[in-house]
Formats: sequence, structure tokens, C-alpha cells
Amino acid sequence: MENNIVEDVQNARGDKEYSAGGAKDKDKEPRIIAFVCNWCTYNGADLAGTSRMKYAENVRVIKLPCTGRIDPLFVVEAFKKGAKGVLVSGCHPGDCHYTSGNYHSRRKYTAFRDLLSYLGVDINRVEFSWISASEGNKWVSVINEFTNKIKLLPDNSDIFSKK
Amino acid sequence: MARIGVFVCWCGSNIAGTVDVKRVAEEAAKIPGVVEAVDYKYMCSDPGQNTLRKMIKDKNLTGVVLAACSPHMHENTFRKAAVKEGLNPYFIEIANIREQVSWVHEDKEKATEKAIDLLKMMVEKVKKNKAIEDVRVPLTKKALVIGGGISGIQAALDIANGGVEVILVEKEPSIGGKMIQLDETFPTLDCSSCIMTPKMVEVYQHPNIKLYTYSELEEVSGYIGNFNVKIKKKARSIVEKDCTGCGDCWNICPMHKNVKSEFNVNLSERTAIYVPFPQAVPLIPVIDRSVCLHYKKGGKCQKCYDACGPKCINFDLQDEIIEEKVGAIVAATGYDLMENSLYGEYGYGQFKDVISGLQFERLLSASGPTEGVVKRPSDGKTPETIVFIQCVGSRDPEKGVPYCSKVCCMYTAKHAKLFAHKVHGSQSYVFYIDIRATSKGYEEFVRGTMENEGAIYLRGRVSKIYEDNGKLIVKGADTLSGNQVEIAADMVVLATGVIPKKGSDKMAQMLGISYDKYGFYTESHPKLRPAESSTAGIYLAGMAQGPRDIPESVVSGSAAASKILGLFSKSEYEVEGTIASVNKTTCVGCFYCRRVCAYSAISKEEIKDRNGNVLKVVANVNSGLCAGCGACVNACFSKSIDLKGYLDEQIFAEIKSLAV
Repeated sequence: MENNIVEDVQNARGDKEYSAGGAKDKDKEPRIIAFVCNWCTYNGADLAGTSRMKYAENVRVIKLPCTGRIDPLFVVEAFKKGAKGVLVSGCHPGDCHYTSGNYHSRRKYTAFRDLLSYLGVDINRVEFSWISASEGNKWVSVINEFTNKIKLLPDNSDIFSKK
Repeated sequence: MARIGVFVCWCGSNIAGTVDVKRVAEEAAKIPGVVEAVDYKYMCSDPGQNTLRKMIKDKNLTGVVLAACSPHMHENTFRKAAVKEGLNPYFIEIANIREQVSWVHEDKEKATEKAIDLLKMMVEKVKKNKAIEDVRVPLTKKALVIGGGISGIQAALDIANGGVEVILVEKEPSIGGKMIQLDETFPTLDCSSCIMTPKMVEVYQHPNIKLYTYSELEEVSGYIGNFNVKIKKKARSIVEKDCTGCGDCWNICPMHKNVKSEFNVNLSERTAIYVPFPQAVPLIPVIDRSVCLHYKKGGKCQKCYDACGPKCINFDLQDEIIEEKVGAIVAATGYDLMENSLYGEYGYGQFKDVISGLQFERLLSASGPTEGVVKRPSDGKTPETIVFIQCVGSRDPEKGVPYCSKVCCMYTAKHAKLFAHKVHGSQSYVFYIDIRATSKGYEEFVRGTMENEGAIYLRGRVSKIYEDNGKLIVKGADTLSGNQVEIAADMVVLATGVIPKKGSDKMAQMLGISYDKYGFYTESHPKLRPAESSTAGIYLAGMAQGPRDIPESVVSGSAAASKILGLFSKSEYEVEGTIASVNKTTCVGCFYCRRVCAYSAISKEEIKDRNGNVLKVVANVNSGLCAGCGACVNACFSKSIDLKGYLDEQIFAEIKSLAV
């Protein structure tokens, strides 16, 4: 199974060799995975492009129809695979293309944060943000600020990256 | 085994200037499953698309990844090209290396790294892609319009003139809605019934329109293209086809006292057998069984029956349920006005001469209780001074509603103007918060009332109204001068706020559309899809969506109609196949998915054995309703729902490709 968290956490705790990044990539730029919705944030990121704004290269965008589709396990999986930060971003409250998907997402993450922290992930590494299709500049500042924040975190603040 | 072709687009120097496209292609070629990776100057050009098509054919590709501009630009272009070579369009994936790489980064090394990452993600995703067929839904080319006010009438006429059959359902005995109660309309002072009655008659006579008045919607099921509706046709006690509308019955009815006329907003009385107003469409009376002596006194009175020439009165008629199949629905259920009695300080209900705007409308109207002569309800005298109070209930979060009712500024200005025209030498005072006159000719209209008709506008609220010596003493504040004012008025007219029609929330639940906290129906998108509800196949029009004036209501009726004619112009309704699907073997039937579905797209399906015994109940996604958001996927505890095009395994593959 793709998402056997328990086993992975045990592996990490047992100081086993874990492939998901970490100390050996100390000099590497931290990678951030952004789960974004197709209608607001993805378009906002495109707008930053068409406006030729510049931002940090660390982000890798995964497009989904709606933040409501973003399974919390995606976030866990991202950390497992070496991401140093995860951003979840969609339409502003009230603007969801699918009426209420962003509310479902927001609720889920309120509950999920604690679980993530229990799993050993520093919750500073998870960012939740509303970025509309017209907010190219907000996308830029969110990415830049989040990247800087991640870079400042101690490298071992995340159980998945412990050796 | 996957056979994937990769194309890295230069987009001239747009991508190639910042990203080492040769290196991206070289790296792509190393990914297992990639049979060939090439770079090309402009993939979207005809020669570019031909390269794509040629490779699909020559290499028998099972998947294609383009590293190019945003999928929102050219995804469709490449999908179409793939279809021409017989490849399912959903085997095309795009890595966005222009808008999200080359245009936003300057460091060529880092940009190239990122481009390679994004490409890898898409290659891993496309390996897990499955063919998706777009959904085709058959269409019943018949529309249902709920509500026979101006917006419903406009929608029905436009659809019917487009050659499509329409069923118009109206709750009241006559169509016409609120507009037919109005006297003259701002800002042109057209007489409302003069412009409305021709439309009502047109509806009645239109060969494509089936009109059900005095009828209500009972039940709605189905989905876009295939709704089943049940309409309750309430018993009028009249055999409609025989009635000539001569009026002998209502002229003889002994119940002509103590029953208030709804049409005249309680300012006059009506009989038990009645037509709401003389120009009613259809001109067929209704017996109000709650007051009719025949029903109340055990059949003793049958004066109307005796008077009726064609003998079309039948006291035993029962409600009928009519079933219809329609492909699209317009919800134009209209509005109500707030209860004036909410404001005790204004004395509505206590003083007869404190009336609502709609009542004043009836007093002005030539078809009204006073035949258009403005008279005080208390003593029938002509008033010389009237105080108009705006924003009664509107813009008052404490007691009323926080929103603006939009039409009151204009109709109050109209009232003051018409009052000045009808009673020479009279004086109007208007208490207002702000004047909102924003459409064509509106500002000039209000100015005209102030400057030419001499209405005095006072910015402020009224604190108290009391009766003194036959006059209504209005105490209020003029906030611009900072003074307290006291006006001895003959009449007070309250511009009461607009609220959704009573029962609009129930109607919304029946239709499965969403509504806001006030009960107004919400649009699919407030700006870009204002005529559509959140449910496919159900459209919105008129005040049911929120306060608006007549021109806007007409526009919204036409907008809904054009959406429906557009929908019906094709033989089948086609939607993207990226929708949810249920694994019925693992589904446990908890139906958490139903709770999160904003589109009511999930229904219960019974799995039966060969003897017809129900084995279990599972979720079923209605492909005509599903919008493909994927909320249900995450609500599913047993992981039995997945979203085509965004399957769990596809997303995990994308993440996995980034493993370091």
C-alpha cells in the first residue's frame, strides 16, 4: 500500500535507513509541495507567471480540482517522500468553485494538524492559505515567505528526516 | 507496459530562454516508460501538433506528457490532436514549465531542475491514467418554469419562442406576480398593467406554453435533462374548460364582507368565489373554501351555482396531481415584503393611515380600491401631507435584514412624484439613509422628485409616530442639519424590505439547490454564472435570487431561458468524464459522501440477489449531477470512491516521483 504510515513512522523511529531525504541532502534546496485547486490558486500561480513576477524555485505544484479533494494522506506522503514543507491552497471562503469544498478542506486540516504533530511533523512545515485567481502577488509572497520559514527551521525538526 | 512520449516546448525563447530544454528532454528520456523525448520550438503550432500526432501513431503511445505552457492554455488543443490519432484525450498531461517555471524564475540551473521535476511528476501520473469517456446524458426537451411573475413569464416566453415546450406553474389563481400589483413603474412611469397584461395573455395563448395556475410543485426528482416533477393542481371548484369568465358567480356571492383582497393588500374586500383582479389570466374564478358558505354551512348556499350559465361550478372537485417529465427548470419564485409590524414605533396595524409601499401602490392604481384617487384608509379623505420612510427593515441588522432591498429608493421617489401629480399642492417628506439610484435614468428621476415635485428629503430615521387630532405626528431626526423634526402628516408610507418568498427554503430543498442565510437562491458563480443554480439543469431568475428591479428581473428571465435553449440545442448533454465513481464491492453504505456532496449527486442503490432480496445498499454517483470536485473521495472511510482523472494512485505517483 502506498500509505503505510505506521510502518514508515516506525522505520523512522527505529533509526533505520530512510530514503526520504534528510541529512544527506543538507546542502540541497528544501523542496516544498503545494497542493492547489484548479480554479483559484492554480490560476493565481499562472497569473504570477503571466505578470512575470519572480519567486523561489522550491515549490512543486500538484493540481487538483478542489482543496476538498486533498486527502490528508497526500500531505503525509509528501513528507515521507522528502518534502520539507507542504502548502495547501484554494479558493477563499465563499468563492469555492464547488460551493463548499474549501470548507471541507479547512475543517479537515483543523483536525489534521494535531495528528500531524503527533506523527512527528513540525506543524510549521504545513501552510494553509487562500489564494484567488487574481492574487498572483499573494502566491509570490506566500511561496517566498514559506520557503524562507522552512529554510530557517532546524533540519531535524521533522521526524521523517531523522536518520 | 507504458509507452510514453515526452515533448518539451521551447515556446520560442519564453521557455528556452530560462530552461535548458535539451537537458529536460534528455532527462525525460531516462525515465522508465518513456519511449522518446523531444524538444520543439512551438508545440501548439500546426507542425508541432503534427509531430505529436506522428509520434502517437508511429510509436503507438499510451500516454503523452508535454512540458509547455499552462494546461489552461493548450490542454484542449493537444487533447484534440490526440483524439485524431485515436488516443483517449485523458492520456495527455501537461507539465506547466512556462507560467510556473520559466516566467517566474531567473536562475537557469534551478529552473531547469524544477522543470525536470514537474515533468517527472506528470510522467508518473500519466502512467496511472485511465481512459475516461465523457458523460452523455439524454435530454427531455421541455422546460418547467416555477413562478408566473415577470421573470418567470419572460423566461417562459423566451423558451417557448425558441420552439421548446414550457410548463409554467403559478401558486396563485392568476399569473402576474408582484408586478401586476404595481401602478406605474420607475423611471419611465409606464403603467405596469399596460405593459404586463399583453405578456400575460401571450403566455396564456402561446401554443408552446402549458399554464398551471393555482398549482404548486409537490415533488422533484431526477437530474439535468431528466427531471420528474409532480404538480399539485389545487381544486378551483370550477370546470375550467367551460368557464367564460362572465362574472355572474362572483357578483352574486353573499360573502362580500370581511374577506380581505390579497391583490389589494387588505385595502378592499373580495368574495368567496373570486378572481384576484379584473385582468387575471386565466380569467377563471376560484372558490376560497376556507370562507365559502357552501363548504362552511354544509352545502346550503349555492347561489353561484344557480347563477352560472354554463353550469361549470362543481363543489366536489378534488386536487389533482399531474406528473411531467422535463429537462430543465427555472426557479423564479419571487419575493415577499417584511412584516411592517416589526416596527412598533411606526404604528403599522395600530394606525390605519400607516400603510406599506405596496398598499400605496394599490391606492395609486386605477384598478385599485379607490380607483386611483389617493384616499386615507381611515376616513377616505384625500391626504395633503405624506411622510415616506425608507429602509424599513432593510439595512438594519438589528431588527430587519442587513442587505439593501434595492428598489425602495426608486419606488419611494416614484410614490412622491405620483402623489404630487394626483394631489396638487400636496407635500411629501422622505426619510432616507442613502439614496441609491444607480441604473439608467434613475438618478435623474430621483432628482426630478426633489427638484420639480418639491418632495423634501430628510436624511435620518423616524423614532416615533403617534396620532393627534386626526393627524399622524412623525418625530424624527434630520442628521444633515442636526435638528429634531416633527411633521404632522395625513398618511405614512413605509418602504418595507424585500425578503424571499415564504417557503423558498423548502422549494430550494425540493429542487436540491443552495440558498443563502436569508433564503435567496445562490448562483453557481456570483459573477460568471449568475443564471445557474448550483445544481445542473436548474436555473434562477428574478427576485428569488435577491432584490432587483423589473428590468433586471426581465434580463434574468431571458438569461435563464437562453441557458436552457443552449442546453437543448444539442441532442445530448455532454459533461467531462472527470467525475467520481464508486467501488460498489467495498462500499459499506455509510453515506458520509452524501453529506459532503454539494450537488446531491449521490443516491442510494440497492444491490439485490437473484431473488430480489436486498443484499446491501451502496452509494451511486449520478453522472449527470456530479461536478467532479472530489469532496466525497475524502469523506469515504472505506476508500470506495475515487475521482477519475485525479485518482489517489495518480496523486501518490506524482508525490512519489519527487522522492529524494
